[in-house]
This record gives sequence, structure tokens and C-alpha cells, in this order.
Amino acid sequence: MKTHPPMYFKNRLYYVLLAGGGLVALAGLYAVHLMEEHGHAITGMNNQIVWGLPHVFAIFMIVAASGVLNVASIGSVFGKALYKARAPLASLLSIAMLAGGLSVLMLDLGRPDRVIVAATNTNLTSVFAWNVVLYSGMFALVVLYLWTMMERRMNPWTKPAGLAVFAWRFILTTGTGLIFAFLTARQAYGSALLPPMFIVLSFAWGLAVFHIVQATLYVWNDKILDPVILQRKKNLLGVFVIGSLYMVAIYHLTNLYFAQQTGFERFILRDGGIYPNLFWWGYVLLGNLVPLALIYGPGLGRNRCVFAASALVVLGAFALLYVFIIGGQAYPLNIFPGYEASSSFGDGQVASYTPSLYEFLLGFGGLAIAFIVTTVSVRVLNFMPQDKHYITD
Amino acid sequence: MSDIDLKRRNFFKTSLGAAAIAIAPGILLFDTAHGKAQTVSGKVRWGMLIDTAQCREGCNDCVTACNRENGLPGATSATAVQWIRKVDIKNTTTGRQVSLPMMCQHCESPPCVDVCPTGASFKRVDGIVLVDRHLCIGCRYCMMACPYKARSFVHEPVSDQNPDVPRGKGTVESCTLCVHRIDNGMQPACAEACANKAILFGDLNDPDSEIARKIRAVASVQLRADLGLNTGVRYQGL
Repeated sequence: MKTHPPMYFKNRLYYVLLAGGGLVALAGLYAVHLMEEHGHAITGMNNQIVWGLPHVFAIFMIVAASGVLNVASIGSVFGKALYKARAPLASLLSIAMLAGGLSVLMLDLGRPDRVIVAATNTNLTSVFAWNVVLYSGMFALVVLYLWTMMERRMNPWTKPAGLAVFAWRFILTTGTGLIFAFLTARQAYGSALLPPMFIVLSFAWGLAVFHIVQATLYVWNDKILDPVILQRKKNLLGVFVIGSLYMVAIYHLTNLYFAQQTGFERFILRDGGIYPNLFWWGYVLLGNLVPLALIYGPGLGRNRCVFAASALVVLGAFALLYVFIIGGQAYPLNIFPGYEASSSFGDGQVASYTPSLYEFLLGFGGLAIAFIVTTVSVRVLNFMPQDKHYITD
Repeated sequence: MSDIDLKRRNFFKTSLGAAAIAIAPGILLFDTAHGKAQTVSGKVRWGMLIDTAQCREGCNDCVTACNRENGLPGATSATAVQWIRKVDIKNTTTGRQVSLPMMCQHCESPPCVDVCPTGASFKRVDGIVLVDRHLCIGCRYCMMACPYKARSFVHEPVSDQNPDVPRGKGTVESCTLCVHRIDNGMQPACAEACANKAILFGDLNDPDSEIARKIRAVASVQLRADLGLNTGVRYQGL
């Protein structure tokens, strides 16, 4: 009988995974091609819901890309060895998700071929234009940061680079929150609470993604994560989840208090069909309460629990973003306060939206890009966290 | 004068003549293509006063005229472009019903212009808010920002375009106040088409214009005046 060396099946599996990711990315590109050919009419987006599922995927990845760097910051800026060992992996994930998220955002444009126009014409009052600078700057800065960590001669520069990344990502997530905070007329947006809310959400989502990848990496390499480390990381995730739930609660509470906003809150939290369902079952229960139980529950909080909790936090993130982005647009604009309105353009009506297959393909294509970047990088470079046997801090 | 000097002089003359003949038609064509030289004046602020009492429910003449003038298909599906629409509103406490046309309100401080990443959304000095179709990347942020839902994204390939109103799939567009007509001394198509003269178009800055006199005389409102955008379109009888 022919025997294979121990790494044989793993090598094969690696290429199968890579091919799978590549296929999904290609399917995403094909969807983009069709959207280019026929126009956005083939998607579920329309003139009432102008941002759809691709934006849910893109914003998740961009927000998580910023949040995952928290792991790196705690290491480089605050000098915790446990996190320092994980800073390269966190930085890699940040780059990968930024690449995936930005690809989706760019390929969903009506004219993605004009990306050079966006690069050469800047309107300084536009937060979108600021974000073009913030996202590309972040990309460059994190690459630089990785270089200072992985090239021994550059090690002395790790701390300043880490500090720069730390500051940059706060501004970046503020910029992402401001995209919505600067919208004056829509009930769902236009709140100064949104940038800090996005920052706290980014902490939870980024760390959840980190946990998922880290756990996979440990299993792949037949290693076991030190329970002490797991304990600390899971507690941190718990704190972030509670923090983000608090921010979301305050956002809705302030809205509920304003008479002009109660109609919108009733829609999002009670009467809006899919939106309250996604919010309560998807975000609050599955995305927050169940993960918290898995993290803090007596007898729970072990490796598998933390993995499941992290996966649920990511699921909850998608639910929340769907409610926030699409539900926020579905609720009619209040152009005539005190009047009921009707027209051929959906005035006074809740807008309907059914995501199309093409949008799913584009969104998953973005995730696939992040997956490919991560998978190839952990294979060719050493991103495995190197822990000492004891923890000094 | 030497023979060589004369030759040189003749050579220069011929070259100049040939150059003039070569360039002249180009300059003429360029001039023709450009039409008459126009300078837009910042002293003017174009606007509209819409008398809702004169606007009939069920009448769509302004919408039809807009579609014809701007080469729009006139469909009303969720992905169709609508530069102007008729909105029927009913007061929730008194039950009073009003019908009115809605279009880009040509704000003095347009949120669409603030948020546009490339500067494709812009405001002319005479107050008309436009989209530069060469700069628009189709991000739709302006549609998110507009409090009046005045903008449409072109979801499908376009055909039968009016040469004065270039359009393109994948970009955002909205009421131009018929800028191509205004620049030729005409009124916007909707104002001209309204049989009841419910849409009064003119220069808000000229104290002697009909619109300025009427706005002084009758009560009019800006939609979502609380946002402080100072719209160019005003409504009477709301």
C-alpha cells in the first residue's frame, strides 16, 4: 500500500481551500461584469434603497479591519506580550479585510472604471474623499508596521509604527461612522453617536474575526492555545460585546426619546417586518446574548465556545449592518412633516428591497479576497503567534 | 536685396498663409460647437414658486414635459429615473389634501454637493445644482444625502438621448432646472407646460422679477426649512 507523508493531505487541503476561495472571488467578479453590462437594474438596489447588500459586506470588512488592530495596539502601544505575539497576525487580517472591503465598495460603483477619477478629483468637504485617503493610508501604514515587526533590523521602529497605526485606525473608523453621521435628513443617521458607536463595534467585530482565524490556525498547526491566553482574550471579547450593545442601546434610546424619531424606531424595533426580526433575533440574541452566555456561562468559555461566540458575533454584525444600512433607507424620508404622502417615487412608503444573487456573489467575493490574502500569507510567512510559557504582564 | 532674402521672405509669407488656411476652419468649427460665449452670472439666483392651489391632482403635464425635454423614458418602476414627480399629500390631523410637483430644490447649501467625493455634484453661481457626468463615479452618496429624494441613479443603459442633456448608465442625475433652456433665455419645460401656471420660474435675486414680487406678497415655504438649506424652489399654500 502506498503511504503518504504526514503533510500530504494538508497540502492538498490547502490548495483545495485556495481554489475554493479563488472560485468565489471569480464568481464575484463575474457578478460585477454582469452589473456593468446590464446596469444596477439586475441587483435588488433601486432609487429608494441606493446602498444594498454589497455595502453591508464592505462596511463589515472595513470596520472589522480597523478593530482587529486592537490586538496589535494592545501589544505595541501598551506593551502586553500576549498581544505583541499576535500583532503580526492581526495586522495581516486588517490588510486582508481592508482589501476585501474596499474591492466590494469599489466594484459596486456605477462606474468602477472611473476609480482614477476618484483618485485625482477630491472634494475636500466630502467624508468619502477623506476616506479614500484614510483607507489607502491605513493600508500603507499597516504594511509598514508589519515590516517593522517581521524584519529584525526594523524592530526598534515597531512602537512608533504601532502608535501611528493606533491613531490612524481611530480616525479611520470615525470616518466610516461619519459617512452616516453627516447625513442630515435621514432619521436613521445624522447622529454624532455613530462614529464612537462604530469604533466600539469595530473592537468586538475585529476581535471576533481574530479569534476565528487564530483558532483555525492553531488547529491547522496541531497546536493548543494556552488556556490562560484564551481566558484573557475571551474576557476581552465579552467586554467589547457588552460595550457595543451599550452603544447600540443608547443610539435607539435617544431616538425613542425624540417624538420626531419615534416613528422610525417603531419601524426598526417593532413594525418593520424583517428589520425588527433581524435586530432582535439576529443582532441582540444571536449576536450578543448567546455569545455572552458562551463566554461567561459557568462551565463554558472553552475553545469551542469562544469560537462559536466569535462566529455569532460576526453573524450579529451582518444582521445589525443590514438593519442599519438597508432598514435606515427603507423608512420613508420625512419631507412633509404632519402629512401622509404618496407618489410614483415611493414617497411616504416603506421601500422594499430583495437582495439579488449578484450582490451576494459580490459580497462573498470580497470575503474570498480577504480569505485568499490571509491563507496565502499564513502559508508563506510565519504569522503563528509565538508565546512564551509564562506571561509576565 | 539679395535673391536669398527675397526667397526667405516669400517662404515666410507662404507658410503663414498655409497655417492660417489650416487653422481657420478649426477655429470656426470650435466656435460653432461652443455656441455663443456665455458667462453665468452670480448676481442671478434661479428659483421657482409653486402654487399648490393651482396644481391639480392627477395632472401630470409637468412630468411629461420634463421627460420629453430631457429624453427620459418616463417609467415609474423602482429603478426608473424620475427627475420630477407629482406628490399627493394629506394632512394627518385636518385631512386637507394637496398635490404638488417635487424635484431638485436647488439648495443654496446643497448636501449632495458637500458629500460628493469627486466634486461631480456642483452648484453653478446662478444657483443651479448639477451633476458633471464625466466626474460622477456612481457612488450614490448624494442620493443618501438629499433630503428630498430628488436624485435618481441610472440603473440601465440609456438610449434616445437629447443632445443637450447627456446621460449615462451608472451615474446619478436629477432636475437641471432645464439649464440648457435657461441658458438660451427660455423657461424650464415643466413651468412652460403647466396649463394652470402653478410653476412660476424666475430670478429670486432680482427684486423686480415676478417671482421676487410674488414671494414678497404671498406666504411661501421651503420644504424641510428646518434643515437650513435655503432652497431655490418654494411652495405656496402648504
